[in-house]
Amino acid sequence: MSAATSGLPPLLRHAGWVLRGNPVTALAMLGTALLVLLALLAPWLVPYDPIASNVRMAMQPPSAAHWFGTDQLGRDILSRLLMGARLDLAIAASAVGLSFVVGAVVGAFCGYQGGWLDRAVGRGVDVLMAFPLFVLAMAMVAALGNRVENIVYATAIINLPFYIRFARTEVAVRRQAGWVEAARAAGHGRAGVVLGFLLPNILPNIAVQISLNLGWAILNAAGLSFLGLGITAPTPEWGIMVAEGARFITAGQWWLVAFPGLALMLAVLCFNLLGDGLRDILDPRMRT
Amino acid sequence: MQVLRRAALRVGGRLLSSVPAVLGVVVLTFLVMRVLPGDPAVYFAGGPSAGQEQIDALRVQMGLDKPLPVQLLTYLRDIARGDLGRSLTTGQPVVVDIAQRLPASLELTLTALLLALLAALPLGILAALRPGSAVDHLVRFLCTMGVCMPTFVSGLLLVYVFYYLLGWAPDPTGRIDVFAASPPEITGFLLVDFALVGDGEGWRAAAAQLILPSCTMALFVLAPLARMTRASMLAVLGGDFIRTARAMGLPGWRVILVHALRNALLPVITITGIVFSTMLGANVLVEKVFSWPGVASYALDALQASDYAPVQGFVLLMASIFVLVNLVIDLLYGLADPRAAG
Amino acid sequence: MTTPLLSVEDLRVSFSTRRGTVEALRGVSLALPAGGVLGLVGESGSGKSVTSLAVMGLLDRAGRVTGGRIRFDGRDITRAGPRELRGLRGAEISMVFQNPRAALNPIRRVGEQIAEVLRAHRPLTGAEARKQAVELLEAVRIRDAARRAQAFPHELSGGMCQRIVIAMAMACAPRLILADEPTTGLDVTTQKAVMDLLATLTRERGMAMLLVTHDLGLAAQYCDQVAVMEQGRIVESAPPAALFGTPRHAYTARLVAACPRRDSTIASLTPEAPPRPAAAPRKAPAPGTSPPGTPLLLEVQNLAKRYPDGTVAVDDVSFTLQPGESLGLVGESGSGKSTVSRLVTRLLDPSGGRILFEGGDIGGIPARDFHRAPQRRGVQIVFQDAGESLNPRFTAFDSIADPLRTLDGLRDGAALQRKVEDCAEDVGLPRALLDRFPHQLSGGQRARVGIARALAIEPRLLVLDEPTAALDVSVQAVVLQLLDRLRRERGLGYLFVSHDLNVVRMLCERVIVLRQGRIVEQGESTRLLHAPAEAYTAELVAAIPHFDPSAAPQAAVACS
Repeated sequence: MSAATSGLPPLLRHAGWVLRGNPVTALAMLGTALLVLLALLAPWLVPYDPIASNVRMAMQPPSAAHWFGTDQLGRDILSRLLMGARLDLAIAASAVGLSFVVGAVVGAFCGYQGGWLDRAVGRGVDVLMAFPLFVLAMAMVAALGNRVENIVYATAIINLPFYIRFARTEVAVRRQAGWVEAARAAGHGRAGVVLGFLLPNILPNIAVQISLNLGWAILNAAGLSFLGLGITAPTPEWGIMVAEGARFITAGQWWLVAFPGLALMLAVLCFNLLGDGLRDILDPRMRT
Repeated sequence: MQVLRRAALRVGGRLLSSVPAVLGVVVLTFLVMRVLPGDPAVYFAGGPSAGQEQIDALRVQMGLDKPLPVQLLTYLRDIARGDLGRSLTTGQPVVVDIAQRLPASLELTLTALLLALLAALPLGILAALRPGSAVDHLVRFLCTMGVCMPTFVSGLLLVYVFYYLLGWAPDPTGRIDVFAASPPEITGFLLVDFALVGDGEGWRAAAAQLILPSCTMALFVLAPLARMTRASMLAVLGGDFIRTARAMGLPGWRVILVHALRNALLPVITITGIVFSTMLGANVLVEKVFSWPGVASYALDALQASDYAPVQGFVLLMASIFVLVNLVIDLLYGLADPRAAG
Repeated sequence: MTTPLLSVEDLRVSFSTRRGTVEALRGVSLALPAGGVLGLVGESGSGKSVTSLAVMGLLDRAGRVTGGRIRFDGRDITRAGPRELRGLRGAEISMVFQNPRAALNPIRRVGEQIAEVLRAHRPLTGAEARKQAVELLEAVRIRDAARRAQAFPHELSGGMCQRIVIAMAMACAPRLILADEPTTGLDVTTQKAVMDLLATLTRERGMAMLLVTHDLGLAAQYCDQVAVMEQGRIVESAPPAALFGTPRHAYTARLVAACPRRDSTIASLTPEAPPRPAAAPRKAPAPGTSPPGTPLLLEVQNLAKRYPDGTVAVDDVSFTLQPGESLGLVGESGSGKSTVSRLVTRLLDPSGGRILFEGGDIGGIPARDFHRAPQRRGVQIVFQDAGESLNPRFTAFDSIADPLRTLDGLRDGAALQRKVEDCAEDVGLPRALLDRFPHQLSGGQRARVGIARALAIEPRLLVLDEPTAALDVSVQAVVLQLLDRLRRERGLGYLFVSHDLNVVRMLCERVIVLRQGRIVEQGESTRLLHAPAEAYTAELVAAIPHFDPSAAPQAAVACS
């Protein structure tokens, strides 16, 4: 549609305007970009091998040689952190992408159409929501096997009901909107109305959810590996790093936990702030 | 009378309509558990080296030789009788195990929820009353940070600060100091039991053990609660009926407490229910960090040992609690909002 | 001369927004004597509501009084503190709001809400206050008051809620009532009942009233002085007879002309001639021109719509429409008029009856498949709220191009561009606005986009569902003229749905009056308005507020 092409320059202008008025969003964008960049370039940036152990250098506090210190096997925490970013971001992004695509489309059709399909999907969602979600993820990873892709599926499935419900309600409130009826009068069928009109209109709201959800997905994946599920020991991953460091916290060796914890926090923080900022940028009603 | 009858009908209806969901959970758990890797018969016979005969005997004993639908039906029949099976790791009936550990989990979750509500409600209200003020900025900062902090990290950092650095908190393991005497088991809630027997020292010790894990959990749920309180209070304060109340010359405190707050709390009730359910699941991380002997860590241990029955029992318990919580929320909402009482 | 009860002198109010300071009031002066009724009329954004809120000290955080003076009973209350305001509000000055349902606390019983006002200003016990609340409910003519006092707002109708707000406002016998659009959104018969009640009560109790409204007829009928506001200023103030008979200010003249009344015609709605005067006079419209033997454009037989929950929206409705004819469909809310429009446009499936378009049965085609039917091109619709009926993510261009793309299969390119620009020109939409999104257009411009979109694929039948209900009268006048011109130029058939009999009369040859899903009366529109056959139609006609320079304003009230 030419809406995109004719809308693009104003969108950019609007984005610039929002960012100037809202430095926190700009900062979050910058942070997210930096995070993604670091993750992508990690193999070339790491100062030490993130997996090879060096017992002589074990448990070094932060120093000039090891900025974030070393762990109980003498591995450089900074190097493990950078490589871990790669894994955690990839898991979160693919899980959220999967549940978004499936959930938004299914939810939008259910919300638009109602009827038996809506009721059946609604029941299924009820079942999923009646599970303690984190426990469901634990059980699924345990059932499917300790592999990275299973963390992705588990995270995607526990996010799915959320997207379905969200898209469903967002579409249901717009189903009777004048512009939807106008689209039908203009000759669009069901698929055309849902995919061409309703989904693009709920996208800003979903984008906000996606951004927030990326944060949860990271916490979720890290939580699973903290419990020893999904990702196994030598792999550098933030949750495992916290789990390994947990034993030493009562002895005062804080850096094993603090740095991966901080990395988790910053990543989630960036995504959350980005979500709030995105809403302002993507909503054309905010544009003038 | 009519109100009571209507409430009873409502409860009945809600319970009935949640049956399919609970049943779905049970069946789904059963299926997932059967896909789990590792043959429990092999595991409990003492590893692959055990004799084939011994393994086969165990299979028959556990009913694993029957076809899947039959196993499922047997399982459902047992549940209906209140029999959740026997844990192979502890050797006890799952019901007994769970009954022992549930109070620990509930005590932790409820304390955390109480702490979170006590902090979130006033903060959210103050922030909404003075948008743009220092309190508002503080609340928004807390909300943003609170969502970002994984419980297992915040828990460990609290341990570092309050146990290692300051030495204010006791050794962060378990519900009670290893050298302290347990109170007689009355309710299973240590704080209640100590209070009942009048053991002030024991009560303080138990409270000291409880404070760090519950603060960890409270920090985790503070953000959604405060955020919702603030947003809903702001929305209500901008409502037409608040303007009416002002235009009629009602005193300011009355406008805020009677008109704004009561209406603003409605969505907070809903979000509290959701938060409580989330906490039940997220408990497992906090229980692990603080070696808390609750149901979630029980299920985690069982899961890692391919011990089906406790995991299934745990999930069923969680689903039931979820249904109950929703029911309570629904009833509360019906009492608080006449529009919902249909 | 005695001091007026309320006097506002050179009041200035500005709002700070994200885009800087906006002046809402630029020097408003008015005076209201004790017991008088002053009407404050104007279109949206004129500052009439801001004036009443400023008097009450109820401007929101962003608004600030930057100059001028408000005096109540000789006392300066421009910058009254919270304590002083609390004593004043409810006790001395009270307010009745638009949208009564939202103005009441949804989770408290209405009796409690009235009693609370009483107790805020008087030393009463709870029981006394409750007793007085019931008396007040009786005073606002609520039957079975003791039981209604126990009701929650959602259990009462909109008109009933407004009576309760009035009861609250009158509870402590204030000397001044500010009524801010008190009947907007209510049906015309309810509106009359509420206004009569308000006027009677204020007169009986010697209260003064400031009536803020966009409806000139309402102001003319109930006020003894009317002030017209435009862009934050009062442009003219006079007794209604003088103001409407011989308006002195150009804006007043335009407003008065645009307001449809019994004798106005499409052409008389704007003082100057319409931008493109049509060649043919109004008397020779299309219907007679269709040669005998041409099939009916639309024939509806025994149409019914029932919902699974048992509500009957439309019940046994039959009518016909000639090619080029314009048929009005009038009714209050819940009459089923919008449902009929959705059924005819095939957006909704009927539960019974037949819909024949140019002789072909289109009622049998399921609504979900109708987008593929060839008749989709033939039947189009213009919606009520043009802002709400435009896709917020489409530019005006995309909205108009959308049916061309789907139904005509036009691809992006010069042909589409030219076609859309032609459509825009036909409805008088400047080409430069085609790149704009709906929120960047004014109400009138959005209405034009909606009309252009419906006409782009050249339908033969256009269903207009309250196309001007959300517009200011001056914009409505221009849009009505546009619609009338387009119909005559193109020989379109119109099914015009509206709650406003006056508008329908001007645009349509025939009118159908609907009530609770059934046809009450149908016939030639001028006849129906001047000599209604049915009692309900007569009631509808009588309820239309109108200004009749010869009639004294109080006369209409006295007969209630």
